[in-house]
Amino acid sequence: MSLLADLVSWVLLLGGAFFTLVGGIGIIRMPDVFTRLHAGSVTDTMGAGLILAGLMIHEGISQETVKLILILGFMWLSSPVSTYALARAALRHGQEPYWVEELEVPSTARIPGRQNTSADPEGA
Amino acid sequence: MFLIPVLAILSAMSLALVRAVLGPTVFDRVLAANAFGTKTVVILSVLGTMTRGPNFLDLALLYALINFIATLAVLKYFEYGDLAQRVDYVGEEEAP
Repeated sequence: MSLLADLVSWVLLLGGAFFTLVGGIGIIRMPDVFTRLHAGSVTDTMGAGLILAGLMIHEGISQETVKLILILGFMWLSSPVSTYALARAALRHGQEPYWVEELEVPSTARIPGRQNTSADPEGA
Repeated sequence: MFLIPVLAILSAMSLALVRAVLGPTVFDRVLAANAFGTKTVVILSVLGTMTRGPNFLDLALLYALINFIATLAVLKYFEYGDLAQRVDYVGEEEAP
């Protein structure tokens, strides 16, 4: 039982370390604010979730597990909220989302402050 | 056993610091600070479990709360230029 718990906890910690590294690299590599937000949220959900789950299994049933569950639940509640607020503030301040130039912008896309001018240059 | 997650979190934290220094807009810096705070919470949890030190998990919980509130406060400051504003300002902004 102890060996099995150690194995599962080890695998979860390794997976969390992998996702944390991927999120950190994405924050550096991505081209604009919104894609960086997308990359950084990987760290908040999968990285922190897997690492804290591994710690919970390592701890067993104890007071520390309750605190870890509290930390994880609050992080899963607060990180989407702050990500949403950050994306909304960036949109309001005229940060343009990254488009590939050849990519057709769908006419249903509503971006505040953009007014769909480049969406259909010869269409409408 | 805990060494690899600690090293991964530390390198991700340094990458977030690089983004906070490089970041062209203020939102990149806020994003980097937010990511840094999240990783601080996780590394506090890992270190608390590893060293069995006292109060590490309480500190991590408190840091998660402070990080969330600080991000929202900084964002509100940069979005509206103020922390406490008139109520009718929001209605003006939503009107077409």
